[in-house]
Amino acid sequence: MFARLQKDRRRLLGLALLIYILPFILHNPYYLTVLNLSALNILTVCGLTLLIGYAGQISLGHAGFWALGAYGSALLSLHTGWSPWITTLLALLGTIGLAALMGVTILRLRGNYLVMATLAFNLAVYFFLVEAEDLTGGPPGLPGIPPYKLGPLVLASDLAAYFLIWTVLLLILFLTFNLVHSSEGRALKALAASETAAACLGINPHWYKVLAFVLSAAYASLAGSFYAHYLSFISPKTFDIFFSVELVAMSLFGGRGSIWGAVLGAGTLTPLPHLLSFFDEYRDLIYGALLMGVLIFFPQGLMGLLERVLRSKSSGLKS
Amino acid sequence: MGEILKLQTVSKSFGGVKALRGVSFSLEDGEILGLIGPNGAGKTTLINVISGLLKEDQGHILFEGHSLKGLSPWQRAALGLARTFQHIQVFADLTVLENVLCGLHRQRKTSFWAHFLRLPAAVAEEKDFESRAYQALALVGLKEKASWEAETLPYGEQKKVVLARSLVSNPRLLLLDEPAGGLNERETEELGQILLKLKTKGMTLLLVEHDLNLVMNICDRVVVLNQGEVIAMGSPLEIQKNNRVLEAYLGK
Ligand SMILES: Nc1ncnc2c1ncn2[C@@H]1O[C@H](COP(=O)(O)OP(=O)(O)OP(=O)(O)O)[C@@H](O)[C@H]1O
Ligand SMILES: [Mg+2]
Repeated sequence: MFARLQKDRRRLLGLALLIYILPFILHNPYYLTVLNLSALNILTVCGLTLLIGYAGQISLGHAGFWALGAYGSALLSLHTGWSPWITTLLALLGTIGLAALMGVTILRLRGNYLVMATLAFNLAVYFFLVEAEDLTGGPPGLPGIPPYKLGPLVLASDLAAYFLIWTVLLLILFLTFNLVHSSEGRALKALAASETAAACLGINPHWYKVLAFVLSAAYASLAGSFYAHYLSFISPKTFDIFFSVELVAMSLFGGRGSIWGAVLGAGTLTPLPHLLSFFDEYRDLIYGALLMGVLIFFPQGLMGLLERVLRSKSSGLKS
Repeated sequence: MGEILKLQTVSKSFGGVKALRGVSFSLEDGEILGLIGPNGAGKTTLINVISGLLKEDQGHILFEGHSLKGLSPWQRAALGLARTFQHIQVFADLTVLENVLCGLHRQRKTSFWAHFLRLPAAVAEEKDFESRAYQALALVGLKEKASWEAETLPYGEQKKVVLARSLVSNPRLLLLDEPAGGLNERETEELGQILLKLKTKGMTLLLVEHDLNLVMNICDRVVVLNQGEVIAMGSPLEIQKNNRVLEAYLGK
């Protein structure tokens, strides 16, 4: 157990080094923007992986939680003048409360009600953002969202946001690895493997499903808040159900049930459309084909593929 | 020290099928009780009712003197009522050690936050659990394979993992649904030895099994179920001589 945690911590250290060196090599702010968006997607997909790969539940509404974090924190800071740090925290707590309420009621039911309920939730949030123009600014969006500040430092530039967002992400990845390599993570995996067998070991299925759901919503809310205060402008279009579907696709593409899979999935699929812009009108086609190809031929996703390659290199030895 | 589990006229039907008809018997503290009967007799149904996966239509179940009515499976497990399954096996995606560690879940004293932040209390508990899990693996003879992916083990060893997982927390009562199913002769022999060891540790066992040799060798008493009814109860010797049992098995 400790060995696995140590291994993931070493990998995380490697990622951190790479992340903190990269800005000194890349000077194009456009790359930084793409990397920042990647980090926010990784954060959200990381939470989704806890829900999908660990607790065995699917949500098609996480763009809705992202919107709660984004609009919640943006509106609070605009109307009250409070620091974005405080409003991020308040939006997070609000999202956690709502997700807990949803989870406790919906996850009691057997079957795929969560998919329907989260879909409906996402639609409701979306239409609210579009319709409640006086509050949210409606379809044109909400401009002028204040950035985070650290003392006299205003974290508004792409570079400042890069260090802020990636540091938060690395910290949360660190905590998430703690979690998945603990009895909590095992209980979630057991639940995904067999709810009945898990329950007969004293694992409360309802509690753990709600926990995973609330955690995943919390991660999405955080990503939303950072998104809003980073770009200073948000509009409802970003938070439609297609974004929710994209997030689930990223989780599956990277490798369901693996936190590194979440990093890989969101870390490759977020920049991919930008890289493919070269292909112009074939972009979406190539993107879709790649996604389908991996999901069909490698059900364990990129992470499964990578592990297979690594394993065959180390002559089939198991660690 | 008296009865650990008491069944009082427990009945259960599936539509028209009466799987259990007024089943009553008790388990004495520290004994191995065999539960045998032909296919479809209702043995698995009875275990499902005791562990809370199915709700009985009628009757009462007392565990250490307390009624289990209204308790869900995880609550019953938390009280020290463990079980294995005839079919459901190891947790995929987890190693052998992690599978066994899942069995200690009911004895956890730390919170979510302790694990998320990896506080000293959580680390200490993990260490303690790990050494206990290794003990359970040693008992079933799988210590060397602790870090294997449980799914990749041969069938017989997967059954041992499941057994270790269900006994690692020292439950008061362990319900075993055909633990020898699919095992070869040597493995069955080993299983018998393990179960006898559990008995000396003070665990009470309910053993559902088709391997009558195993049942007659290690059980203190045997209950025979046929078409949902208890048709005989007694020592292994008495059961072997019982005419109704012979009829039920040989089909008149
Ligand atoms: N979920 C269910 N729905 C409908 N009928 C069921 C269900 N479970 C069991 N039965 C029926 O109840 C009866 C008892 O089944 P049970 O599985 O308890 O038998 P068993 O003694 O465990 O048999 P075996 O030795 O084959 O495992 C059978 O007639 C079976 O078909
Ligand atoms: Mg059965």
